[in-house]
Amino acid sequence: MQLQTRKLLDKSFTGLNLFSAFFLISALIIILGPIFFKGIGAFVFKGTIEYRRMIFDQFGRGNKEKISKEIAYSQKARKFIYDTISDFEKGIIVEPYIKETKKIYKEYKEYLASLKLTVPHQTELRRKSRSLHLLFIKAVESTDKGEIEDIFNKILSDPYRKSFDSTPMQKVFRLVTRYSEIVNQVDLSNREVYLEYLIDLKDRLRILLGPFPKDPKPILPRNHYGQTRWDRSLVKLDDVLFIEKYDYSDSSGIGRMVQYPRAEIFKGTPVEHIFSYLEDDLESILLPKTVFYWRFLIDVPLDSNIFGGIWPAILGTFYLTFGALLFSIPPGIIAAIYLTEFAKENWVIRLIRTCIGTLAGVPSIVFGLFGLAFFINTIHVSTSKSVLAGSMTLAILVLPTIIRASEEAIRAVPHTYKEAALSLGASRWRAVLTAILPAALPGILTGIIISMGRAAGETAPIIFTAAVSVGKPLKLWETLSQPTPALSWNIYNLCTEHEAVDEIRHVQYGMVLTLILIVLLLNIIAIILRARINKRLIGRT
Amino acid sequence: MNISIKSVIEKKESLQPYLRNLSNSSLNQTIIRAKKFSVFYGDAIGVNKVTLDITKNLVTAIIGPSGCGKSTFLRAINRMNDLIPNCRADGLLYIDGQSIYSRDVDVVTLRRNVGMVFQKSNPFPKSVFDNVAYGPRIHGIKNLTQLNKMVERSLIRTALWDEVKDRLHESALALSGGQQQRLCIARALAVNPEILLMDEPASTLDPRSTARIEDLIAELRKDYTIVIVTHNMQQAARVSDYTAFFYEGKLIEFGLTKDIFTNPNEQQTEDYITGRFG
Repeated sequence: MQLQTRKLLDKSFTGLNLFSAFFLISALIIILGPIFFKGIGAFVFKGTIEYRRMIFDQFGRGNKEKISKEIAYSQKARKFIYDTISDFEKGIIVEPYIKETKKIYKEYKEYLASLKLTVPHQTELRRKSRSLHLLFIKAVESTDKGEIEDIFNKILSDPYRKSFDSTPMQKVFRLVTRYSEIVNQVDLSNREVYLEYLIDLKDRLRILLGPFPKDPKPILPRNHYGQTRWDRSLVKLDDVLFIEKYDYSDSSGIGRMVQYPRAEIFKGTPVEHIFSYLEDDLESILLPKTVFYWRFLIDVPLDSNIFGGIWPAILGTFYLTFGALLFSIPPGIIAAIYLTEFAKENWVIRLIRTCIGTLAGVPSIVFGLFGLAFFINTIHVSTSKSVLAGSMTLAILVLPTIIRASEEAIRAVPHTYKEAALSLGASRWRAVLTAILPAALPGILTGIIISMGRAAGETAPIIFTAAVSVGKPLKLWETLSQPTPALSWNIYNLCTEHEAVDEIRHVQYGMVLTLILIVLLLNIIAIILRARINKRLIGRT
Repeated sequence: MNISIKSVIEKKESLQPYLRNLSNSSLNQTIIRAKKFSVFYGDAIGVNKVTLDITKNLVTAIIGPSGCGKSTFLRAINRMNDLIPNCRADGLLYIDGQSIYSRDVDVVTLRRNVGMVFQKSNPFPKSVFDNVAYGPRIHGIKNLTQLNKMVERSLIRTALWDEVKDRLHESALALSGGQQQRLCIARALAVNPEILLMDEPASTLDPRSTARIEDLIAELRKDYTIVIVTHNMQQAARVSDYTAFFYEGKLIEFGLTKDIFTNPNEQQTEDYITGRFG
């Protein structure tokens, strides 16, 4: 019975072990899997012609001839959309007509003045032309077809018409003919409604395809181009095709969002056709092609990370991490040597040990505030945020870890090494430096690895001391006085404070993936280093 | 009387006939002299007023039951006890006429002169070469050809050269236990000490390796003064010229090995070496 119980227990423990191993691995996959797959999207994606245009304009990369050929092809495909809309606009947007008549009237007045006619005659002509152009404006602003026809008949059958021949006023009559043709095609009663939707539609199209051919050049680079990524293009296509409306028919009073096709709104007008055209031919308009954008790692960001890469943040992370190690390893190891080899066990040393333990548990934001208050505001290592101040703050943060790990490693070195060294006539320091430290090196390196990961990933300590959301890649000497973007901080920043959070998901995930890979890479390097040292020390890994 | 030990002594004397005249040789020169020398651990006493002369270029064995203070006495000779907190020495201990516990003694020089081999082999986690070169290096020798020569000489001295010459730059911890212990002896010899202290150097080794260490001691006695602590009485009989018997911190008997083992003066000694000791 007892044996049975024992066997059962043994088996259940094995089962538990297997289960926990399985659990850990699946947790790792669940956590890292999505990050990996989404992060890859920053590097490998389908880039549109807008992407290639942007890369060529902003970074000067790409084959110019090929790109201009592609642009021409894309323009041809877009022509239908642009033409349809500008035709439709003629009946909807009346501003241009009003502007043009006013211009014609003004021209005519100048013309009259140059003719040197008798005053009454001149006054007569001016009065007439004035009433004519006002009549036209009235007709254009009207949405009643009958009224427009009446006015136009009045204008066209005007008795003075002959006297306006071969003067600027003649253009007004031509305008009338043009406009009356347009009026016949358009449902004027819905003009106000169309106007509103047309402006919205044009904005959506600008987001999808970039500025319209006659638009003035936008100020922000992000508005110079349409969607650069095919996946985003499809989302934006949806925005063009559908309009979000709320259905309040439910008695609860809570609106239900429905996707209402925009094509319905423009039913019966020529614009109706551009929707199905876009849906069917978006590929020939945007020409998506799979790109491997590895330069995401080494490109500078453009227009706050909307375009470009994340090089300044990567570089900043490296600077901060190695700066932190630079400031924490020497004092950390020296402190560990002192505490293990030289300090006498008394209350002062016990207090110091307790302090180190407590320091390890202090929230990192407190270190950030301390760094600001001490390094920047008190001892002025730099006038404002800088990599230097940030590195020092991170160094304090990881110092307890390094001291602890080094202490453990030094303590784990067999006492006999020290005895051997001393018996050969080494002084205490000599024994520590030549016999104990080399043997403790693998353990110390473990502490350094942990610290490195922590320094690379910490956000709070650098908020106040080193990090900015936008910055250029720093030169080495600039780290003494300049702040830097850093992956940890920029991930937070881009996910929460960016004005277009949704548009740069790929950048966010790309940054997260990069940070994970950097930490992994640093770890792998350190582990290989440790294995090599171990091999040299004890002949096996 | 223990037959096997007797036979060991007889066999040794047949091999080294000059030992018979040892007691009246005028060439004998005292190198270590203890006078009422005591070591305390806090209040406990480790070595109690030991007076003892150790002769140059001979092997002196210290035997005795566990906790009798023999290791403490051995470690006192190169002041390794300094590492133990609360440990202090009293009385006089001279090496070459110099009191080593006086204030003006440089411990580093003393230890350089008095090498030590420990119970458990303790090579550094470094290469074979670096282990042997450790001592010369800390004493300022940087010249590689000189170092090479010293390492080779030490390794040849300990009969290790042929076994490790092809793996000088591999880790010393990859060697076998016996090889490691001989490496430690080579390391101690590399700084060229006058005296070599051995604290049960073969207690963790198999008989074959033990025999090699004992051969090595016999070989080294020409050039070094060796003090060896051992639990193995046959070993003491085999390798030493003089034997000191310690019991409860006191020196009970000291004399020529053959006298101690064949004709001890004290009852306690006889009891111990015949195994009647409780």
